[in-house]
Amino acid sequence: MEYTLKEMMTIVAARQIQDLDIVFCGTGISMLAAMAAKKINAPESVIFFETGAIDSRLEEIPMAVADSRVMFHTSSNGGLLDAFATMQNKITGDHVIGILGAAQIDKFGNLNSTVIGDYDHPKTRFSGSGGGCDVASFVPKSLIFMQQERRKFVKKLDYLTSPGYLDGPDGRTNAGLSRGGPMMVITNMGTMGFDDTTKEMYLSGYYPGITPEQILEKMEFSVDVSRAGEVAPPTAEELRILREECDPQGLIL
Amino acid sequence: MNVGQNKVMELKEAIATFVKPGSHLSIGGFTINRNPMAAVYEIIRQKIKNLHLYVHSNGQGMDELIGAGCISKLEIAYGGNGKFASTCIRFKKAVQAGTIEVEDYTNYQMTLRFLAGSMGIPFLPTRSSLGTDIINRWGFSKEMRKGSPKIPDEKLIEFENPFTGWCDTQKVVLVPAINPDVTIIHVQKADRSGNCRIEGLTFADVEQAKAAKHLVVTCETLCDNDELKKESNQNQIPFIHVDAVVHVPNGAFPTACYMHYDYDPQYLHMYADHAKDDDMYQAYLDRYVYTPQTHGALVELMGADAMARLAADPRTGYAANLDRS
Repeated sequence: MEYTLKEMMTIVAARQIQDLDIVFCGTGISMLAAMAAKKINAPESVIFFETGAIDSRLEEIPMAVADSRVMFHTSSNGGLLDAFATMQNKITGDHVIGILGAAQIDKFGNLNSTVIGDYDHPKTRFSGSGGGCDVASFVPKSLIFMQQERRKFVKKLDYLTSPGYLDGPDGRTNAGLSRGGPMMVITNMGTMGFDDTTKEMYLSGYYPGITPEQILEKMEFSVDVSRAGEVAPPTAEELRILREECDPQGLIL
Repeated sequence: MNVGQNKVMELKEAIATFVKPGSHLSIGGFTINRNPMAAVYEIIRQKIKNLHLYVHSNGQGMDELIGAGCISKLEIAYGGNGKFASTCIRFKKAVQAGTIEVEDYTNYQMTLRFLAGSMGIPFLPTRSSLGTDIINRWGFSKEMRKGSPKIPDEKLIEFENPFTGWCDTQKVVLVPAINPDVTIIHVQKADRSGNCRIEGLTFADVEQAKAAKHLVVTCETLCDNDELKKESNQNQIPFIHVDAVVHVPNGAFPTACYMHYDYDPQYLHMYADHAKDDDMYQAYLDRYVYTPQTHGALVELMGADAMARLAADPRTGYAANLDRS
């Protein structure tokens, strides 16, 4: 069955979400992944927004995390203070899985969503951290969406907005962060994990029709590819739910 | 603050009274929702310049104030409008051109900064941003900070946990309080004395409101003074914080106001197109901001059909099946 790479990315992310996970989602594809997980494999996961909405009933896809659609049929409509406290709280925070995106990523999963070029005279300005740095600082695990491009998988970030494993295995502990770090990077060509010991990125999967070498060509640094296998494509049922129930108007897909 | 019982004013008067050139200003809302847009347009019409703006994740209001040249300094966590403009366009242009000075924080940090301001303390601690450039890189120089009595000498401070490892914590980040000269928020209901009821998410409006020296509230519905007290557990801001109450139906348009109307996809797309080009942007301002003398006139310019399409469905609080492509 035909599918787009965006659909593949969404389903790959949705499969990582388990029942009882509290899924922190941002705008766009991450919301769609959370919606898909709830309808496909994790009906008891909880959709959660930094704006303060917990367990929103998403009858239509929101266009931003402050969209009125995230306020409908929630357990509570609080504010940013509640939402980030929930993530920073050691009891509730342990159940949160973050979904993030960025303009640049390095081999330790650190993210830049602020500038390209010199910070004081940027070539390109992006939106900035928003809650990205907060989520990456607080939650035990996160998924990261990236486009597979050399200028995005870089040896050195122009600005470190959100912490991954910082400079290696002890990076987070030395900085004073008590837990966390990215668990998977999902691109339009494959997936990366992080080595348990070195905390360095490795290729964990490639999509049907794509080779590990093609992925390496789209990165400024090289990664271990020996553990990589082909990722199962979306099933007909996964695609049907994604297209017909999650995004019938095609606003994100 | 003003503990008086009647603070109802016209928008023009409220803005002229409380927003001065060089004021430190904060506006409520989040990206495409409940921005105090009527007040933003009035600030632009009154050509109030050199403002120092504090926001967390702002979109439309912030971008229009920057585009119209009202802002010289900005403290912010996020400048974007979701799918309509993933980075706000006039904001992006201004940062790249160096025409505004920007200090970057995170959303939680900005929220805690307003909370600290509302509590009358100099700072609050968090675990957020340890090890990142949000601590290391400053947009405002030390010299500039030392020369400005309204802003602290430091951006953020890493601090050893003085309770020696209590809560398994070795280090925290201290975020400095914000006390804006004026905060402006848009709410669904307010009474004449300024008691406020926000429906749906409050974002950081309550903290922004209580941190300010002066608070201007615009509202969809102006209530009599005893009405909101019947269900006071639904109110978030008591009147003692409020200086001006302005009745502006559709006051968040073109952003959304939960239970009243949705954001306007057509307007936001039109805005994004015009914002990309300087001349087109000036034409936008002339047509939609300067020519209509009031927010009511802007809404009239849109036409009744356009506004009817945005009307919130009473079950969901948004305009179901709105064409958002």
